Amino acid sequence: MGRAGSGERRSAIEAIGVSKVFGNGDDAVRALDNVDVTIRENEFFTLLGPSGCGKTTLLRLIAGFDFPTEGEIRLYGEDIAPLPPFKRPVNTVFQNYALFPHMTVAQNIGFGLEMLGKPKAEIDARISEMLKLVRMEELRNRRTSQISGGQQQRVALARALAPRPKVLLLDEPLSALDFKLRKDMQIELKRLQHETGITFIFVTHDQEEALTMSDRIAVMSKGHILQIGSPRDIYDRPAERFVANFIGDTNFLEGQVKEVHGSKARIALNAGAEVEAGISEGANPQGNVTIVVRPEHAAIQARPGADALKGTIENIVYFGTDTHFHIKLASGPHFIVRQQNRHGAGEEFKTGMPVGVEIGQNAAQVLKD
Amino acid sequence: MAVDNPPLTRAAEVAAAADRQEIRNRWFLASPALFIIFFAAIGPLFIVLVFSFLTPADYGGVVWKPSGQAWFQVLFQKDIFDDTTTFADAHLSILWRSVKLSFFTTLIALAFGFPTAYFISTRPEKSRDIWLFLITIPFWTNLLIRTFAVQEVIRNEGIFNTLLMKLGIISSPIQIMFTDVAIMLGMLYVYLPLMVLPLYASMEKLDFRLVEAGYDLYANRFQVLRRVIIPLVKPGIIAGSILVFIPSLGAYVTPRVLGGGKNMMLGNLIELQFGQGRNWPLGAALSITLMAIVMIALMIYVRSAGRSEMRHG
Repeated sequence: MGRAGSGERRSAIEAIGVSKVFGNGDDAVRALDNVDVTIRENEFFTLLGPSGCGKTTLLRLIAGFDFPTEGEIRLYGEDIAPLPPFKRPVNTVFQNYALFPHMTVAQNIGFGLEMLGKPKAEIDARISEMLKLVRMEELRNRRTSQISGGQQQRVALARALAPRPKVLLLDEPLSALDFKLRKDMQIELKRLQHETGITFIFVTHDQEEALTMSDRIAVMSKGHILQIGSPRDIYDRPAERFVANFIGDTNFLEGQVKEVHGSKARIALNAGAEVEAGISEGANPQGNVTIVVRPEHAAIQARPGADALKGTIENIVYFGTDTHFHIKLASGPHFIVRQQNRHGAGEEFKTGMPVGVEIGQNAAQVLKD
Repeated sequence: MAVDNPPLTRAAEVAAAADRQEIRNRWFLASPALFIIFFAAIGPLFIVLVFSFLTPADYGGVVWKPSGQAWFQVLFQKDIFDDTTTFADAHLSILWRSVKLSFFTTLIALAFGFPTAYFISTRPEKSRDIWLFLITIPFWTNLLIRTFAVQEVIRNEGIFNTLLMKLGIISSPIQIMFTDVAIMLGMLYVYLPLMVLPLYASMEKLDFRLVEAGYDLYANRFQVLRRVIIPLVKPGIIAGSILVFIPSLGAYVTPRVLGGGKNMMLGNLIELQFGQGRNWPLGAALSITLMAIVMIALMIYVRSAGRSEMRHG
């Protein structure tokens, strides 16, 4: 996916065969293992994964706080891996914001430009522009200790954007904010990225954040990138079990490949029906395989059709906007169906009722592993 | 009447009684500290102040007769033959030497202490304790012995000169003993830990992500030091400088051993007045003068350092 599309736009950042080993001897930890990734210009690119997956390490290598053990990091084609951070046209929004406590809001925002030796008038104009961009004009001369967490977040953004970096790195910048503020800042970040046209590389462990904000997502685990793709690719067509599990709720079903035609495979499920399932790029499924079906891509039927999976309702969980039906399939495994609550719907189902599960068109995807 | 509104009045009375009890408790708990402050610090200081306005007795001690003579003698002297008044050159040069040597000792201690503290605070947590332990080891030895150790290094037949002569770099020993340089080296050695420890304490609290933020925003190493690290560890710099400057100014043993009889500092001058000089009022006046200098220096320093100072917390 990532490779195929990289011709469309210029690549801003390329990591080529990047590995990072911390420590040495028996204590050595391979935080990144031979990672290749291309991040395009003007893209909102997200590195998604659990803690310890190497996403922050990759970000720090791009920022220059650490240096790769092996491999190259290119910024617009030029290898920047040996450069110190202050020589890279890349700025970072830190997880805890890392605002300078001994400076005012304006001094923080102007710091980068000042270090670049810009004239004072230009710095002042840019500070005003930035404060306007993040809607903080009235707090210009406040100390950073006198403003709220959300405001600090905006100052951190303004400070990183002020020197017009070619790439902006964001290290879990929203994790310290409460739920409501986080939602607002997600929209704010998208707006900023749109208005500035700067390439954003965003690190998060929050799958929902990744899905709502990104143009493309790289899912990482144990120092590897498992899958790169659009949020829809990642969610609808997960290539590996880890990706499917990490993002959203998932049903796994076992089956046998009957035939493969193009990017589709016909799978005979052990649960007793046949489905058309998508195949990930470069995979060649045969024999026993696992397919994934998202809970909202299946439907529950009171009177099962011919190619529905048979089962009984074990549990009904009401979520307000939707209802989760936990179904025990006749063949053994559990299956979750999520149904939106329309007015009057869903009340006909009761625990213990025999039902059918119908898997929607294009809903299933074959896993590589 | 209290009867009109019994519950409220009663509650107020109880609260007031609790407040009074609270205040009594505070004074009670503070009493040991207050006792020491009064009898060990303020009291003796007051005696010194009073003595400085009395007349010296012939064999030490004072005669209870008010006199401003001691204060006059701090700065001036009368010629014993023709009674003309001149500045007390000796006092002034000792005063100047004390301030000068203390200032440079503090400056050099800062220059050495800062990188040392930075080094320790950037070590892994486990090995920091070992480094701190090594820094504090000299404290375990008596000051006099430490000073003689310095003498052993710098005297004409000492390690330093012997080594240089063996290597053929010099042909005759460099005279370090009994110079201002010797006093400064001695004080530097003795007081350096007092600079390193407070510096380390504030550097350890330094959030190194701020250092990274500085680098990220195009500040080179020197700029990060000047614009980020130094402002953030300023409380440590101030504390360390004060802790080195004050004891240096009043140093007694070090100038006595390493400076010899000629290179006196204020501490030695004061001792002289209480001892051989038998002029307690002058000694007392000099002590008060020393204290005044310390306080003025502190005020200037804290104010100038605090001008661009942030408020913590």
